[in-house]
Amino acid sequence: MRLVDSLVRTARRRSPWLFHLNAGSCNGCDIEFVTCLTPRYDVEQLGIRLEGSPRHADIIVVSGPVTRTTRAAVETVYAQVPEPKVVVALGSCPASCNVFAGSPTIEGPLDRILPVDVYVPGCPPRPDAIIAGIAEAIGLLAGRGRA
Amino acid sequence: MTIGRALLQLLVFPGLLYAVPVAWLMLWMERKLTARLQGRIGPPFYQPFFDFVKLLAKQPLPRPRLQALAMSALPVLAVASTLGALALLPVFPHSGGFSGDLVLLVALLEIPPLCAVLAGFVSRSLYGELGATREAVLSIAYSLPFLAALVALAAAADSLSLSVISQQAMWQVRLPALLALALCLPVKLRVNPFSVANAEQEIYAGATTEFEGPRLALWELAHGLEWVALTGLWAVLAFPVAHAVWPLRATVFVAISLTLVLALAAVAAATARLKLAQAARVYWLWGSALGALAMVVAMVWP
Repeated sequence: MRLVDSLVRTARRRSPWLFHLNAGSCNGCDIEFVTCLTPRYDVEQLGIRLEGSPRHADIIVVSGPVTRTTRAAVETVYAQVPEPKVVVALGSCPASCNVFAGSPTIEGPLDRILPVDVYVPGCPPRPDAIIAGIAEAIGLLAGRGRA
Repeated sequence: MTIGRALLQLLVFPGLLYAVPVAWLMLWMERKLTARLQGRIGPPFYQPFFDFVKLLAKQPLPRPRLQALAMSALPVLAVASTLGALALLPVFPHSGGFSGDLVLLVALLEIPPLCAVLAGFVSRSLYGELGATREAVLSIAYSLPFLAALVALAAAADSLSLSVISQQAMWQVRLPALLALALCLPVKLRVNPFSVANAEQEIYAGATTEFEGPRLALWELAHGLEWVALTGLWAVLAFPVAHAVWPLRATVFVAISLTLVLALAAVAAATARLKLAQAARVYWLWGSALGALAMVVAMVWP
């Protein structure tokens, strides 16, 4: 059993699939996030894949301060990802609402709605910082859930 | 074909024990070559294996009972039928086989696309339904050249047995037939330029959009096995060494399969996705022309 456990943990560490969720972001973080897939940063060598469907994902990457219109979508998408899962808050907006704090159309920050595991602050954060944040999320993912 | 021989082919070579690791190898080769051609480093060697283990260890989501049953049974059926098709490939001469195994092979190879269509509809997702519709339209388009090529080969060898065809079909017929089959491979494997059925950035993952965890793992496995089975079928029909000893035949079989994977991946990385109508037109026009040519040569050549 211990062998199976350690195999599953290794597999989770080597094959994290991401789902990217825009909760009212200005697109700055999204551009930096997609940069991670380009030849310069190439996160696929870490086994990371950007998936189009939340059903396939392990790590949910949320950008934006969670506006009133996106809140329901954020909750739905979170429920659609099978366990075990990890939430990464990408940029300053989901962490603190950034310049949108106090706006009547904002329901964030994100940790009021979802359990956030990793914060990657910055407006926008550099791709290096995003990869470091995802690496931290991968560590959490490997230790989470039963095999 | 004795029971022992059939089990050996199903479970060892070219079946389960050979096909599953090679399926992962082929999935890796495709991703790695694409990455290298795009100037990236690409995933490490063990990637498809760890993807499979990770997906198996995820918790399935709660679903209505009938839907859960259908969504689990369809990928299992796809895996099983592809393994059955692999077991029929006559890699070794006199490896058994029976008259009519060509018909069974065609039927078994048609089951995974059919399962994908059903899976798309049973998942009740808009993207799954779109992917299933596209898959169905394409499978009507590519079935014509695919079947025409196989019928021409059977007519040329005057037999419905795969091992007889792979040894006796004339090369005048074989060349256009193999070209037609090669044209059908990218669409059956859903890679560029014929990847409309699982078009990423467009309809997410097509028919498998709604599948999670272990069910998705089985689809990935079925997809890998389809790579092994279809490139293997092509390799068997293209054998340049009809009467060689078995280690040489096995080596040539594996070499042709892997080379074909590299060629398909290179084409996929170099091309953009065609629209559904354009892809269907390629098969109705050029695929059918090749298939018809093979058929005419097979009927007319003395």
